[in-house]
Amino acid sequence: MYLAAVIVFLGLILLPPILGIFTKWNTLQEVFDQPSLMDRALVAVANSFAIALLVSALDVLAGVPLAWLITRGKSRWLSVLDTFADIPFIVPTAALGYSLLLFWNGPQGISALFSGSLISTGWLLIMLLHFAFSYPIVVRVLVGALLDYKREYEQQSRTLGAPPFMAARTVTFPILKPALIAAFILSFARSLSETGATFIVAGAFENGPVFLQNVRNEFSVSAPALYEGATVFASLLLIVISLTIFGLIRILGPRLRLPFDRVLPSIERKLSYSKAAMSRNSVTIIVFVAIVLLPSLFVALPAFQAVFTNTFTDAISGSGVWGDYWQSLLLSYLLGAIVTLIGFIVGLPMAILIARKKFGKMPSTVLDILVNVPLIVPSIALGVSLKFFWQSFAFIPEFLLLVFAHLAITYPYFVRSMSAAFERISLDMEEAARTLGAKPFGVFRTIMLPLTKYSILSGAIMVFTRSISETGATLAVVTNLQTAPVVIVNWVKILQNPTLVNTGITSSVVGLGCGILIALSFIILLLLRFVTRGKGRY
Amino acid sequence: MPDVRVVNLTKKFGKIVALDNITLEVRDKEYFALLGPSGCGKTTLLRLIAGLIEPDSGEIYIGNKRVDDVPPEDREIGFVFQTFALFPHMTAWENVNYGPRVKNFDLKEAGTIGHEVLELVKLHERLNAYPSELSGGMMQRIAVARALAAGAKTLLLDEPLGQLDAKVRNEIRYEMRRMAKDLNLTAIHVTHDQSEAMSISDRIAVMKKGKIVQVGTPQELYMKPKNLFVANFIGESNFLEASVAAVNGSNLEMELRGGAKVKAVGKGVAEDERAILSIRPEIFVVERGSSKNKNILRGKIEKITFEGTFVRYVIRLESQDSVVVIKPSLTEKWFDVGASVTLSFPPEKVHVFQYPEAGLTEEISV
Repeated sequence: MYLAAVIVFLGLILLPPILGIFTKWNTLQEVFDQPSLMDRALVAVANSFAIALLVSALDVLAGVPLAWLITRGKSRWLSVLDTFADIPFIVPTAALGYSLLLFWNGPQGISALFSGSLISTGWLLIMLLHFAFSYPIVVRVLVGALLDYKREYEQQSRTLGAPPFMAARTVTFPILKPALIAAFILSFARSLSETGATFIVAGAFENGPVFLQNVRNEFSVSAPALYEGATVFASLLLIVISLTIFGLIRILGPRLRLPFDRVLPSIERKLSYSKAAMSRNSVTIIVFVAIVLLPSLFVALPAFQAVFTNTFTDAISGSGVWGDYWQSLLLSYLLGAIVTLIGFIVGLPMAILIARKKFGKMPSTVLDILVNVPLIVPSIALGVSLKFFWQSFAFIPEFLLLVFAHLAITYPYFVRSMSAAFERISLDMEEAARTLGAKPFGVFRTIMLPLTKYSILSGAIMVFTRSISETGATLAVVTNLQTAPVVIVNWVKILQNPTLVNTGITSSVVGLGCGILIALSFIILLLLRFVTRGKGRY
Repeated sequence: MPDVRVVNLTKKFGKIVALDNITLEVRDKEYFALLGPSGCGKTTLLRLIAGLIEPDSGEIYIGNKRVDDVPPEDREIGFVFQTFALFPHMTAWENVNYGPRVKNFDLKEAGTIGHEVLELVKLHERLNAYPSELSGGMMQRIAVARALAAGAKTLLLDEPLGQLDAKVRNEIRYEMRRMAKDLNLTAIHVTHDQSEAMSISDRIAVMKKGKIVQVGTPQELYMKPKNLFVANFIGESNFLEASVAAVNGSNLEMELRGGAKVKAVGKGVAEDERAILSIRPEIFVVERGSSKNKNILRGKIEKITFEGTFVRYVIRLESQDSVVVIKPSLTEKWFDVGASVTLSFPPEKVHVFQYPEAGLTEEISV
């Protein structure tokens, strides 16, 4: 069973998206013949990494105080804050992108206070967007790490003479360094991957994924070979550079030490107590509300307004563009359900394999690293490569291609959270069950499964929401099918294009479309909270 | 060097009262133990003195200065955790130097202090090792050295020997006392191990369910327990139910269950009251057959356990109560199982307590 899991992983999830590129290797020459296109690709890829780097660094900087406030604060409102922090994570990024566009750029948003739009489409808006959706991930990781952290270290530091700020700087965060690095990597990977929402707010600006999407729109019909060449070129760059960066972080991360050469007693003491802590908390909450929360939910305003117009009745009756919308929503949720189910079946044995080192220590470590690869490959590049791979082998229906792409992208999330959950179960318990007469599968069914059911549920919900939200790989593999986020992206693009008129798509239509998507996501978020609420019991 | 005082200290965790209106004074340069079963509030009291948690009400003084609002880093205390809490990302040497460094001493000065305290804990090797590479005994020494290097004047020790092997534990406990005495420190040592507390403390506070039940020197606690709980928790005691037949000053005539009449010396009980007679296992004189002594009880040897230095007998009395007797194993002849024996004891060596309202089991339960 474990062997089968490894074969499925290699054959279906890891290798196709990597080998796919090489099936179109010969088309690279097309790009080399077009220096201007090559330059454009290089600039786009460089933009991707610059934005990802900057956003992730800001994420960690801003995430630390919020995670601290959530775990250490005493107010009971903090659990509300904790829930709100999840919102941008759960809302599909395409809807998030449109919401941010309205907030920062639209006439109804914050720009209404100024004349004209406050922030035009382009790199700044992309950064705000990436910050908004990756911030919750960073906070989530750091909150988890702070909750697991043994506070004795910090208390010890205090009794040895360090004020709170210094204790956190010299003891707590150096010990939590792996979590800081993990948070950085996750937000970095998400920023590199995100396509749909970035495409919405990019304007004329190009990063890697936007370049890939633009090239497809420009050349896929008129010059297929050039399209393939440019795609292979940019995808390859994205994949190789991101694998290199993650490799470097993995090697250099443990050697990195936070500076402790000098302490500044008076300054650090001032930073520790009442005034500084108060203002730090206020700034943290203001940043979170003004830059993350409000912009993310701003689309609720037009959506709410639309409810009282005939847009709403159109939507309910499914007339005009709404037929497509409902169909795409159905497709998204069907796809999400199938991917979650398959992910569960093929991911669970892999998680146990890694957690329990079934094939020995070395292979488990290698598998552990490999499982993360799809996470750090930009999803649009993954999708492109996957498509090339299967195209060159056999005809595969588009829906199956979608399943494969989403499976590859969501697989690491499920396996990682499950293997962590299994590792937390002491081996003693399994052994005790065996000595009491349980067969291996009996142990799994009676011990492992009950103890990890919350992790399984929350892992499954994570896979599901990630699949619903996914745009990059989806755009790359489909030609006819449309998932909900793809429909939103297309709508916004039509809206932004002044040459297209009478399309039946108005801002109130897009607003309502996003609103419905967000409302459904909220239901999932509440479900997640409900399901994981009893977690403290064991 | 300072004395430590807490006045009317109360701390609740939710509905659980961890400390119930405690008042206690630890004297200057004293080695003081907080002793009690787990959950009695001793660690809570220590953490309150350190400032790691805040009291619900009451006052805390260190060296005559009220410290309730002073953060832990300014209380001039050293705290040693049961787990030692050595910083895993620093070497042993960096751990020891942490205190001087965060107080912004220069490197040279910090180094000098470091060497001084390491001399004191007698540890010179493996200073470049990380905590995960050290043995339990070494980790313990580093933890103490680190607290001392930070300039602690009061040493707060939370089960500092709890993680060590029995043999190492017995060696190190005397060193803990020696170090505190050499440096003229006030030390408060939390433990649930009565032999540890007895062997190294100047005074001990015995705690039960958030309250202090007795404070005294080890001898006082052992010789003059104020109540059944202390009599049972410190050392070992046989408890025999009795009624008070006659009171003549402090000379009592007791009638045991089963009708045997014995003499005892004690106070606080009145004629015809129910009482508990508490007798240490080592004060019985045991003789084969009959005895010329007064104050006797008859019984049969039911069980013998060899414990190395001592032999432990379980003796079934005629009243069907059983008592435990301890005798040296090498210098006295052993009794056989089933042998009829006569026990006697000096009346002034036993303790008499009123029969507890809640019952005996409840009173001595930990």
